[in-house]
Amino acid sequence: MNTVIEVAGLSKRFGGFTAIDDVSIAIEENSITGLLGRNGAGKTTMMQLLTGQEFRSSGSIRVFGEDPVENSGVLARTCFVKESQKYPDDYKPVHVFRSAPWFFPNWDAGFAERLVADFRLPLTRRIKKLSRGQLSAIGVIVGLASRAPLTFFDEPYLGLDAVARQTFYDRLLEDYAEHPRTVVLSTHLIDEVSDLLEHVVVIDEGRIVIDGSAEELRDSASTVAGARTAVDAFVAGRRVLHREELGGLASVTVGRLDAADRKAASAAGLELAGVSLQQLVIRTTTTDTSEGRRSA
Amino acid sequence: MDESRPIFLQIAERIENDILGGALAEEGQVPSTNEFASFYRINPATAGKGVNLLVDDGILYKKRGIGMFVSEGSRERLVAKRREQFSQEFVRPLLAEAVKLGISPAQLITMIQKEGS
Repeated sequence: MNTVIEVAGLSKRFGGFTAIDDVSIAIEENSITGLLGRNGAGKTTMMQLLTGQEFRSSGSIRVFGEDPVENSGVLARTCFVKESQKYPDDYKPVHVFRSAPWFFPNWDAGFAERLVADFRLPLTRRIKKLSRGQLSAIGVIVGLASRAPLTFFDEPYLGLDAVARQTFYDRLLEDYAEHPRTVVLSTHLIDEVSDLLEHVVVIDEGRIVIDGSAEELRDSASTVAGARTAVDAFVAGRRVLHREELGGLASVTVGRLDAADRKAASAAGLELAGVSLQQLVIRTTTTDTSEGRRSA
Repeated sequence: MDESRPIFLQIAERIENDILGGALAEEGQVPSTNEFASFYRINPATAGKGVNLLVDDGILYKKRGIGMFVSEGSRERLVAKRREQFSQEFVRPLLAEAVKLGISPAQLITMIQKEGS
């Protein structure tokens, strides 16, 4: 497979604040990547750097093998759906979709029309008068119908209701299957998208804390629960990601368990449960300052 | 989808279940990878991995340019494979729970006979 995005030692500083801190990642062609992390973790800055909308402080960025900054060849193949896209004051959605083909050579007007119907978007109402969800729908439609070889969705569905989000996932999957392309999606709704993702990058305080295939991450952690003494005996010597206790019971999240580990756990009367991607992200990006467990 | 196991294995299992249950007939065509992906709302690459697992096992076979089909004799082979797993996946957990509740093997047999009649 070809690498579409290649980033090495990338940093971005705003004055004394380091938004992106020595990041190195690679994203393969025709894959769906989730860029996950907490508010202010650096997801948007990362996307702005990759689309040439911010200048890096140091490090290197290669998109389609080239530097994206002021590079029309790269940017013509890129679509960036921003969290809060600004439009001219008197614009209506119809204007957005009419001007989209000027920027996106693969624009499919018929597909855009179907999406407008799916999302029940009023085409001729002023964008200023639209709800937050309808505003998000415009971005989602642009992102899908542009069929850009590289598409970034930054929190694409603020205000979208559950039905509209499901529509977005369904249309994304269908169209991605028909027209494979590279998609990078940032979101807080990890449970909703985890099955769509092939590659997961988790960023925290500007650093990459997880970078791997979604399939590998699925069984990279397990929760072991049961009598505290039995749990303690089982997890001794393992890396503990999280621990909860209730009376004589304990529930401990540890790293990957192999078949022998699982057998040993069930022989010891312990219950094993998988850890969802969302839980894994929470475990790896939580600063625990609770009593007696202050982390360094 | 179950969180603890890889999705592609779960997809392969669901296809196997459909063959065992008769929903997918031998020599019948199975849905495409993309159809599986949109039906189960999963990444097409993951669906493809699940389907390929069954191709490697000889349960499914590809006809070039047409699609994917259920191999002849696959149902019988799946029954044999599942029977081997039956003890480990169903009988042992059943016995473990029975021990916890103080149910003797003789009582368990009576219960099974009662449920089965």
